[in-house]
Amino acid sequence: MRDLQTVDLSARVGALTFKNPIMPASGTFSEDLADVFDLDVLGAHVLKTIMHGTRTGNPTPRVCDMQAGMINAIGIPSKGIDYFRDEMLPYWAAFNAPLVVSISAHSVDEFAQLCSEVSLPGVTAIEANISCPNIEADGNAFAMRPDTTHEVVTRLRAATDLPLWAKLTPNTGEPVEVARAAQDAGADALVVANTMLGMSIDIDTRRPRLGNVMGGMSGPAVKPIALRMTYQCARACDIPVIGCGGISTLEDVLEFLIAGASAVQVGTATFQSPTVMARLITELEDWMTSRGLISLDQIINTLEAPNAGVFK
Amino acid sequence: MNHIPTTVSVPVPQGLRPRCAEATCFVRSNTPVNGEYRLLTLDAPEAILDCQPGQFFQLLCPQPDGEHPFLRRPMSIYGYDKAEGRLEFLYKVTGAGTRGLATLRAGDAFNVLGPLGQGFSMQDDWQNLMLVARGVGLATLAPLARMAREKGRKLTAICSARSPELTMSVDLFESYGAEVIIVHDKDGSSTPEALRPLIEARIAKGDVDAFYTCGSSRLLRLLQDLGETHGIPGEIAMEQQMACGLGMCQACVRSFRVGGRVIQRRVCREGPVFPISEAM
Repeated sequence: MRDLQTVDLSARVGALTFKNPIMPASGTFSEDLADVFDLDVLGAHVLKTIMHGTRTGNPTPRVCDMQAGMINAIGIPSKGIDYFRDEMLPYWAAFNAPLVVSISAHSVDEFAQLCSEVSLPGVTAIEANISCPNIEADGNAFAMRPDTTHEVVTRLRAATDLPLWAKLTPNTGEPVEVARAAQDAGADALVVANTMLGMSIDIDTRRPRLGNVMGGMSGPAVKPIALRMTYQCARACDIPVIGCGGISTLEDVLEFLIAGASAVQVGTATFQSPTVMARLITELEDWMTSRGLISLDQIINTLEAPNAGVFK
Repeated sequence: MNHIPTTVSVPVPQGLRPRCAEATCFVRSNTPVNGEYRLLTLDAPEAILDCQPGQFFQLLCPQPDGEHPFLRRPMSIYGYDKAEGRLEFLYKVTGAGTRGLATLRAGDAFNVLGPLGQGFSMQDDWQNLMLVARGVGLATLAPLARMAREKGRKLTAICSARSPELTMSVDLFESYGAEVIIVHDKDGSSTPEALRPLIEARIAKGDVDAFYTCGSSRLLRLLQDLGETHGIPGEIAMEQQMACGLGMCQACVRSFRVGGRVIQRRVCREGPVFPISEAM
């Protein structure tokens, strides 16, 4: 009798191993989702970005529709580090799934200080949101340039012993240089990528559809951009890449893995279908079983050369 | 073709029944009610029909010609009946999402998420209830009529509209034994100045223990003022643009006055029903 081999969904991201490669994207996940499914099925929990102090966030409207996606300018409302430590951390520590804490700040000093303060027992990794387009004027962010990326990641690296992930932005002309800067400065992994800066206008009122005027585009419309960046970063860097951007279906998950992602984050799709992450885990397992695959290593970074032949 | 409504199957924590679920419903009917509104009636699975008046669902609207609504649209519950497996929404066609809803035909599958949010309460000493609402806000308050009847409360419904023929839910309120007073813009009976003496006369008779409202900031201000003057509590269902509807995204915040401070709350999670005294 032949040994039945079971599918192993576990995903390695540097020194960390997750039981599957599906995790939420920061900002699209909270304890509220526990009303819909068992959050312990997820590979990891990634929390909405916290900042050091309290912060109200942007004026409403904070979201608007676009074709195959949405634009948000939430503006990172934050209850601050004390609330995180005293209220949020005990809640999330009770789950088996590893906890990834997303942080951001206006200055390098404040960023490093926060990074140090959130490096607490119960936190598995820190995701540095150096790419949010909604907290600085004109969508500016550290990860738009290699030099500012290197500076901030160097300080964050010195501030924590935990695995440090740098979340990059598609709003740059130098994605590979920025990715290498984060790697050189000591990041353990790259999250590729955050939202794409965009805008929408109501032609009847001639007002912007967002209170903040500009906002970050997400959803299926931006998937090809995130996939392209994932491919670029995975080729250019030795540290693992976590794909993020418009992932909604099993095919999307597989595309990112084939392009070189070690794991993926699912964001906006959860707003359309809050059960999507739980379903993707099952669908990935079923797909691998149907193809006789037993490990993600058989999928990750397996992109073939383009077909130079004639279209049939 | 399988027309049995079902919830999407996902693992849920042991012992914890999900508070809300994503479900595939089937359209029973989707018909015009008057010049402006349509009534969508669905076959819905039992699991999503433990609703409270004032709660809402997030609807995954079909795409109408040339338009592409992406996010779900929040819609307050107009009617629900667990025994009959029925869920109803009353809507006005105003944008891409509701134009998509209007394309639904009997037999179509339709994905809904809910029930969501905190519904209306009806405290024990609220024996005489007064509902004052306008336009589509009356649809949100409609399920209160059945709740009032089941709890044996007396309900007066002041229904406001631009003109008498556009007043919503009057038959429904009357069928549950409510007294209905119609006010409208054409004869000026719907202005706060005209409503104030009408409501104050009821208060003077001891006929108002609590207010319910939805859909008009002028009515809100009137009821806040009357409530403060006469010590009458009340609740309002509020709206805000939403993305997730569950509380994750923090898009749908509004400001509330609580204990002398202005704080922000999520309409989808802490609401959509709030104390009238705290609304802004």
